[in-house]
Amino acid sequence: MHKLWTSTYKEMLLLVRDLGGIAILFIMPILLLIVITLVQDSTFKTISDIKIPVLLVDNDNGEVSKNIIENLAESNSFEIIQKSSEKEAKEAVFSGNYQLAIVIPKNLSASLQRKVDQNVEGILSKFGLEEDTLNITKEVISQKEVRLYFDPATQVSFKSSVKNGIEKMISKIETQSIYKAFQTELDEEDSEPIFDTENFIAFKEILPTKNNEEIIPNSAQHNVPAWTLFAIFFIIVPLSINLVKEKNQGTFVRLRTQPVNYATVLGGKTIVYLGVCLIQFTLMLLVGIYLFPAIGLPGVDVSGKLPMLYIVAIFSGLAAIGLGLLMGTIANTQEQAAPFGATSVVILAALGGVWVPVFVMPKFMQLVSKISPMNWGLEAFYDVFLRNVGFVKILPEISLLLLFFLTTVIIAIIYNRKKNAV
Amino acid sequence: MIEINQLSKKYKDAENFSVKDLDLKVEDGEIYGLLGPNGAGKTTLISMLTSLLKPTSGSFTINGLNFKENKNQLKQLIGIVPQEYALYPTLTAFENLQYFGSMYGIKGKVLKKSINEHLEVMGLSKFAHKKTDTFSGGMKRRVNLIAGILHQPKVLFLDEPTVGVDVQSKNVIIDYLKLLNTQGTTIVYTSHHLNEAEFFCTHVAIIDNGEIIVKGIPSQLIKNQTGANNLEDVFLSQTGKALRDHA
Repeated sequence: MHKLWTSTYKEMLLLVRDLGGIAILFIMPILLLIVITLVQDSTFKTISDIKIPVLLVDNDNGEVSKNIIENLAESNSFEIIQKSSEKEAKEAVFSGNYQLAIVIPKNLSASLQRKVDQNVEGILSKFGLEEDTLNITKEVISQKEVRLYFDPATQVSFKSSVKNGIEKMISKIETQSIYKAFQTELDEEDSEPIFDTENFIAFKEILPTKNNEEIIPNSAQHNVPAWTLFAIFFIIVPLSINLVKEKNQGTFVRLRTQPVNYATVLGGKTIVYLGVCLIQFTLMLLVGIYLFPAIGLPGVDVSGKLPMLYIVAIFSGLAAIGLGLLMGTIANTQEQAAPFGATSVVILAALGGVWVPVFVMPKFMQLVSKISPMNWGLEAFYDVFLRNVGFVKILPEISLLLLFFLTTVIIAIIYNRKKNAV
Repeated sequence: MIEINQLSKKYKDAENFSVKDLDLKVEDGEIYGLLGPNGAGKTTLISMLTSLLKPTSGSFTINGLNFKENKNQLKQLIGIVPQEYALYPTLTAFENLQYFGSMYGIKGKVLKKSINEHLEVMGLSKFAHKKTDTFSGGMKRRVNLIAGILHQPKVLFLDEPTVGVDVQSKNVIIDYLKLLNTQGTTIVYTSHHLNEAEFFCTHVAIIDNGEIIVKGIPSQLIKNQTGANNLEDVFLSQTGKALRDHA
């Protein structure tokens, strides 16, 4: 035990004497968290609060186009800029000046009205309600298309959500036209509506609750755990370099001639670097709680969750340290350790769902993500932060993280023993 | 006592043996110098004797113990002073020694006292709490030596302990090693400094191409070699004057 504590003390001294290293360890993850949250929060605002300029070419100038323009304006998501020609709008969008152009075809209102009237009259005549049933002749009315132009650089998700919105709006206008046609045919008084045009089926999102209060997730609640985990795993890089340095400066050679086992050497590093992970975690939580609201970002709510959050942080830290120790044991040079460590963290983060949620990944990648320690850590953090679960629920994830730590450390010890066997 | 029997080492992908079928006996209390040109196999031999390298074949015992069966016992018995400065540059001399001393199981006041005494003898007391990356080569060599002897080893292995140091530092190191030897420590050391070895060592072995060419008491070897006035003459006549560059 004395050797373990002395090793720990030595590691601590080495770390505190490297002020530049400490600054990188603590300041860079905080910067990363702030920048990512600011970027993601502004993206969120792009959809909800900020109005996107949209070009609109109105070749119809009728009731329907008026309705479309009103609906777009009411949605509060778009700023309508009218253009006179489709060609001009198309060029402006395809050159990247605008993200979207909507072109309403000529005679849309008239055609829709004729189509609806024709359908309504047809239905009523079947019921024998039409006075001159025999005289109805069916006119062929060609389908009309509302054209949408998107900037090729526009993200697919944005395109889909805009398309869905416009489709929904057009469908509503069509429905209202049908109701209106029936109203006209059955009752001449428009002021006494016989149809309720409001949607009968409504949607309500039910959120998890805590003390009868809904937990509303925000960009900070998503970003703090994800990027804190990313920062925790970046400990792999300095830790593996630390081990390689020991080999290169000859101190490891001396240790091999001393009556001390490799597990003790790794134990000292584990304790100190776990401390670093927890300090990193604390700083990032503090940033989320206090700094975010001060700079206009949503704050992180940790009330009643702190012990569980620290448990997840400890086990995530251990998993990251295990991998760092293994990489440092295998690598011979800093040139091997640093890029390999950094790239591994990025790959693990991608697999773990830090950037793209696991559920949108292809099936095979979803399976692969199940073996990423960052995925276990992220799920455990989300369980605590967003799903408000108890300790038992995170037990499988933290057990996997612990198992990962033990496995990597055991492999490191066996590798070292085999390599240096005498 | 160190007993080496038919010890060989051939590195992976190497054409020749670095150490080949080497037999050697070092009695307790001797200062045994392993001399030879670059690439002769001196460091390889010391690395095997200190458990840093696995021999290809052969065996050895130190005080009747071997590394396969008595690893920790043997590690406690021996001390090693490697050729490179095996120190943490951002730790002070005292912190380095405290750490390496602790790894031998020495604790608390005993360790502190031992460190201070050694630093005093080596003329480093006033630099005890300075980081070793500010030290000169000679100062680092002395700290390097102390790190290998804090636990009072019975057998001390030194690989080029005086290479690249000034005359004053060399004298301090050699004098202290002599003192240790008089206190019962067996010393095995490699060196390129033949003058130093001639006066310091009780016995020497000249190694070339992994094999011992000649061994014995320095004065006896000089006497036996026709026309030799010193150990350097013996060395050159045994190993030749051709350059020994290795890549």
